[in-house]
Amino acid sequence: MAVYMSASHSENAFNTHDFVPEWAHEEVSTGTTILAVEFDGGVVIGADSRTTTGSYIANRVTDKLTPIHDHIFCCRSGSAADTQAVADAVTYQLGFHSIELDEPPLVQTAANLFKQMCYRYREELMAGIIVAGWDKRRGGQVYTVPMGGMIVRQPVSVGGSGSSYIYGFMDSNYKPGMTKEECLHFCTQALALAMERDGSSGGVARLAAITEEGLERLVVLGNQLPKFSNA
Amino acid sequence: MALSNVVETPASGFNFENVSRNVALKGLLEGGHTKAPKPMKTGTTIAGLVCKDGVVLGADTRATSGEVVADKMCAKIHYISPNMYCCGAGTAADTEKTTDLLSSNLTIFSMNSGRNPRVVMAVNILQDMLFRYRGQIGASLILGGVDCTGNHLYTVGPYGSIDNVPYLAMGSGDLAALGILEDRFKPNMELEEAKELVRDAIHSGIMSDLASGNNIDICVITKQGVDYIRPYQESEYKDKRQRRYKYRPGTTSILTEKIVPLELEVVQETVQRMDTA
Repeated sequence: MAVYMSASHSENAFNTHDFVPEWAHEEVSTGTTILAVEFDGGVVIGADSRTTTGSYIANRVTDKLTPIHDHIFCCRSGSAADTQAVADAVTYQLGFHSIELDEPPLVQTAANLFKQMCYRYREELMAGIIVAGWDKRRGGQVYTVPMGGMIVRQPVSVGGSGSSYIYGFMDSNYKPGMTKEECLHFCTQALALAMERDGSSGGVARLAAITEEGLERLVVLGNQLPKFSNA
Repeated sequence: MALSNVVETPASGFNFENVSRNVALKGLLEGGHTKAPKPMKTGTTIAGLVCKDGVVLGADTRATSGEVVADKMCAKIHYISPNMYCCGAGTAADTEKTTDLLSSNLTIFSMNSGRNPRVVMAVNILQDMLFRYRGQIGASLILGGVDCTGNHLYTVGPYGSIDNVPYLAMGSGDLAALGILEDRFKPNMELEEAKELVRDAIHSGIMSDLASGNNIDICVITKQGVDYIRPYQESEYKDKRQRRYKYRPGTTSILTEKIVPLELEVVQETVQRMDTA
């Protein structure tokens, strides 16, 4: 059974001589752009809204910002099925842990739960996750758990296929000590740039700001995104 | 009572013993210029949308096995519970069995808890199962239903990913159907308008996709109940089959007739009694 399981995806129930086109049996992927920024008092997270199967857009209004707990969110990139399953599992574990402790969980705990699962099943999973949130001990925090299961805390982090196009923008435009509005503006611009260049990112830009008070969600429609060129 | 199970209980999980046998058989068959039989797939067009009063699901009725139409009146809208139906695309056996299993589990749940199952519960059970089998179950499902929290429409992919959207199309004809839906969908549509839109979407899939065809089934789920209209529209391309192939004497003309009498002698006669008790 193990031998068969490790065969490539083309060896499953479908074969190439059918009327079903190639994209119909590709795995659903959130080939994507996700990012998260810390500021004093919370975090701002953002993602595009495109889910693809091969070159077909299966869902153009996906919500990749998934709540894990009241003040902790995760941004999902990679395989849609894998990330949904891991996020569900961590939500359960974190909820249980929080009830046991009788206090809100730490962002670091959530991030480590993700890391444990992503590292243990690193061969089977295709998941790049950014965990961000606010807790009482350390305020706003962003932890990135890329494919393979590493964990590292960063003040600003980008992920997904569209992230390659905005490393330069991020490095030159991020300044420590930004306010929430500046962070939202930074994220909107970064997402717009990535969505412009990356074919697997697009749709609407979804943003969220998590602070001690709670959660604030924003959607920037495709035609309202900032434009950087006349083309 | 089920004596066939007394001998040995089947091991859990997938059994891949037949894979090596199939590979060997394939080698033998291909050498003799015959093709191995292909699994029956519902290469299909299915669609669903949420309207003001409920959920409307639609599907074509063609099931293909390679290039042959295996079933012209296949039922692709499966019953899950009194308030939920599920359209299935992909391998026919997988969609049938997955939805059957879901339906059984939800019935047991209803009996145990005394509640009507909610659509999110069905979706979670499906997602659990399909993710566990890592894409080996080729079932793309559109689950629609009405429960105490509202009207819902979800899609579950073969690898276990879910999407919750107001309108959907799946299957090999989904691009054509989605074009129609994208053009004319509005939130909170009236029921009749919604039924027409779903019919048009499936029709577009049938016209543009070889693996979809024949009739259109529509299933309307509302708070009041379910209206499963099968077929909502029959295909205009029907063949007239005679079905009786007895020809009257004289259809073939007799050119010559020659009668040769056979002389038979009775050599021995025995009588055997039959017991008709």
